[in-house]
Amino acid sequence: MAKVLVVTSGKGGVGKTTSTAALGAALAQTGKNVVVVDFDVGLRNLDLVMGAERRVVFDLINVVQGDAKLAQALIRDKRVETLSILPASQTRDKDALTPEGVARVIEELREKFDWVICDSPAGIERGAQLAMYHADQAVVVTNPEVSSVRDSDRIIGMLDSTTERAKKGEKIDKHLLLTRYDPARAARGEMLRTEDVLEILSIPLLGIIPESEEVLRASNLGMPVTLSNPTSAPARAYFEAVRRLEGETLDVSVPTERKGLFDWLFKRSVA
Amino acid sequence: MSFLTSLFGRKSSAPVARDRLQILLAHERAGEGQSELIAKLQEEILEVIKRHITVDQDKVQIKMDRGAGVSMLEIDIEVPESAKPAAKAG
Repeated sequence: MAKVLVVTSGKGGVGKTTSTAALGAALAQTGKNVVVVDFDVGLRNLDLVMGAERRVVFDLINVVQGDAKLAQALIRDKRVETLSILPASQTRDKDALTPEGVARVIEELREKFDWVICDSPAGIERGAQLAMYHADQAVVVTNPEVSSVRDSDRIIGMLDSTTERAKKGEKIDKHLLLTRYDPARAARGEMLRTEDVLEILSIPLLGIIPESEEVLRASNLGMPVTLSNPTSAPARAYFEAVRRLEGETLDVSVPTERKGLFDWLFKRSVA
Repeated sequence: MSFLTSLFGRKSSAPVARDRLQILLAHERAGEGQSELIAKLQEEILEVIKRHITVDQDKVQIKMDRGAGVSMLEIDIEVPESAKPAAKAG
């Protein structure tokens, strides 16, 4: 039974696309059939972060409007064979996405893949609503920062009210992914702690992705961080996150690159 | 941590962030009806006052302070020295 997952946040720049790429690749690296779908029409970037920007011929809008077959628009990843990407259109307007067209594409993707991961655009408008509408599960990407937490709260409200599942009176599984976390700053009281964010948003924690140079390096290279450096701290955090998505129960820790005292201090369980 | 605080002469900012968020979100979750309520309160309170004195719209200040337990709606009306009772209606 395929699962549709939306990666969303409300606020821009918190790591939705990075996390979509990393979670999608990590799931595919465990052998699952995964497609990552870019819903950010007009500002597509998932193709670039995944290193597929030169292979885009057709896109989501072409498929929605019937100008291309789904199989023609899907790009198979060259590194992980069970991973595919469905890019967004760079030139078209977001109004070209129709609810009926999106429903048809998602239905078709459900038949082909184990996981359909939708990368939502920022904001709370049409594009974001269409990206979350068919989701069974949601990953809410949040930075430990006031405006990001506030916007996440808003998005959680929308997930509970405007999605297909919500309208049918069913629940949508929501997970918090805390990104750009700096355990040392949190310990010094300079940054919201994981506990603070969890208490405020009250949804279960999927993982904590530490602030890391590896994330920028990965996007420079056009590789999900779980492929560019699988043993790095953020990659390990993403690998653990997908194990939780698959239903495993694991203690959440902040993986760290540093060795020595800091390692010992901050590798302790935090939630 | 307190010795560090005194050492650097700065208080932790994260607890402030947490408290601000908790208060803000408590209000935002309560719904959007809130802003309508304030507008309604303002309108009706001014109406009552206008029955007794002439109020210059520019001399009215309305402030809202959302707190954890209570919210304060502050309506500041400047009453001129020469305030005269407004003509009684009806």
